[in-house]
Amino acid sequence: MSERRGGTSNRWAILLLAGAIALLPAFLPNSFYFDLAIKAMLNALVCIGLNLMIGYAGQISLGHAAFFAIGGYASAALVAGAGLPAPLALVAGAGMSALVAFVVGRPILRLKGHYLAMATLGFGIILHTVFMRETGLTGGPDGRIVPAFAVGALRLTRLEHWYWLVGGALVLGVVVARLLVDSAFGRALRGLHDAEAAVSAVGVDVAAIKVRVFVISAVYASVAGSLFAHVERFITPGESGFIRSIEFVTMVVLGGMASTFGAIAGAAVLTVLTQVSATFADYKHIVLGTILVFTMAVMPAGIVPTLARTFSRRK
Amino acid sequence: MDDFLQFLFSGLTRGSVYAIVGIGFSIIYNASRVINFAQGEFVMIGGMVTVYLLTTWGMPLALAAVVATAAAAATAAVLEWVAVERARSATPTTIIIITIGASILIRGVVEVLLGKRDYLLPAFGSETPIVIGDASLQPQSFWVLGTLVAVALGLKFFLGSTLAGKAMLATAQNAAAARIVGINTRRVLFYSFAASGALGAIAGIVITPITLTRFDIGVMLGLKGFCASIIGGLANPFGAIAGGLGVGIIEALAGGYLSSAYQDAVAFLIILLVLMVRPQGLFSRAAVERV
Repeated sequence: MSERRGGTSNRWAILLLAGAIALLPAFLPNSFYFDLAIKAMLNALVCIGLNLMIGYAGQISLGHAAFFAIGGYASAALVAGAGLPAPLALVAGAGMSALVAFVVGRPILRLKGHYLAMATLGFGIILHTVFMRETGLTGGPDGRIVPAFAVGALRLTRLEHWYWLVGGALVLGVVVARLLVDSAFGRALRGLHDAEAAVSAVGVDVAAIKVRVFVISAVYASVAGSLFAHVERFITPGESGFIRSIEFVTMVVLGGMASTFGAIAGAAVLTVLTQVSATFADYKHIVLGTILVFTMAVMPAGIVPTLARTFSRRK
Repeated sequence: MDDFLQFLFSGLTRGSVYAIVGIGFSIIYNASRVINFAQGEFVMIGGMVTVYLLTTWGMPLALAAVVATAAAAATAAVLEWVAVERARSATPTTIIIITIGASILIRGVVEVLLGKRDYLLPAFGSETPIVIGDASLQPQSFWVLGTLVAVALGLKFFLGSTLAGKAMLATAQNAAAARIVGINTRRVLFYSFAASGALGAIAGIVITPITLTRFDIGVMLGLKGFCASIIGGLANPFGAIAGGLGVGIIEALAGGYLSSAYQDAVAFLIILLVLMVRPQGLFSRAAVERV
């Protein structure tokens, strides 16, 4: 199930992605499509991190939107309240997410599968409640305004500029993820997925590895959340909700488990679907549910790995 | 002290629902080693379908309740047939995603068919509160508690005195050995899902006059029912009764004395606590992982 490509094809794939991101603006007619592309890339960033957890390590998180929202609210509060420069607030938010993931992950990641899934689900719901109720910090259910992303006198406001910043962040996110996957840490991760007992027997600290991947994926979500909040200039508790978490999982599942580029494809497809069709909102739950059940029952590897296998078989 | 009695009654009432949902988790877990994340949706189906049949079709309450229960049982059976049966060789992650997907799908279908508003069911009997000391108790609470007692007695009789129940116990203890002695474990799995769906629906029907119902209540109820079942030990359906009542009471007390906004956090904190104190679950005999 896992990608076992060498370093070279990896480099080509990343170059291909960077090229696609560089060329895409030529085909984007107006700011609506820039906004769409930015949202797709931010979702993709979350999914790359989440995929390390679900796809590679085989550990599921049903509360990842919580980290997305921690990043977003941290950026909003630290820039507006404490006057921190936006990049610093983003890093601080990521640090907070990492800390929360560490503290929560330590007890729950000692357990497998179902317990972990249920615990992350509960964790997500609790943080959603916090964002709803702590109106002083978060503005409550109505949400709060987020200051512009500014470094000194430089203010990032045009969507075209945002496109390049987010595109750069996505490529960086892919590079880091691929490096992680190809490292000893990545091999241990895949081992967790395939044969946890064996990995444990050869002396790998299984619990520590799981906590580390949970923290890493939380940081991915947090950074994406910070950027999202600054692009939108607004954030609501909806970004931390259960359905948002399910959206992220659906993107990973749709694109393909253990496939970094699959996660990007899944994020792109689902984001376009959500944003383009107005009627989609009414049928959102049905669509998400159907994708999850159908993909898992018919092609558990996901779209991208399934297609990749079909093509390589034809050769 | 007067508040305490009120909170206690309220906790016992909602705890009964968590207990019945927890029993449902336990029945499916025993038959298949699967945690069914769609468990809470059966509670939602029970309440929603009953109200719909009662108000739109003018069905008598008892008939509406039976049809709603059958609908939930059928939904659960379809879930088992379509997804779980097919993916039995799959990893736990795959099964979790399938049941989570099913739960989102179910709530989506109900949302489209019946809408996003709250649904109310009239109390089954008298609506005059019964005053005990300084606390007042809604008569509907007795229906809820009575249902829990009936479910517990029914389960005890079923597992202890019927062939089907004994087949279920045998499958839970060792599915391979059960197959060797001629038990159709696939059928046990199928009926376990159906029974679990029906139980959830019954809980949903009796609690709706007190709490109202909505298309999206399933997740939270599922989480709390799960909490009930891990306190009692997933493998032991009767443990979920103590677990559910415990969660309900602690939650009501926390909501009353500490913070009503964060009372939903109680179930999650209990889950964390159980996992920290006994990482393998309260009853280590039942391994958490499905191999």
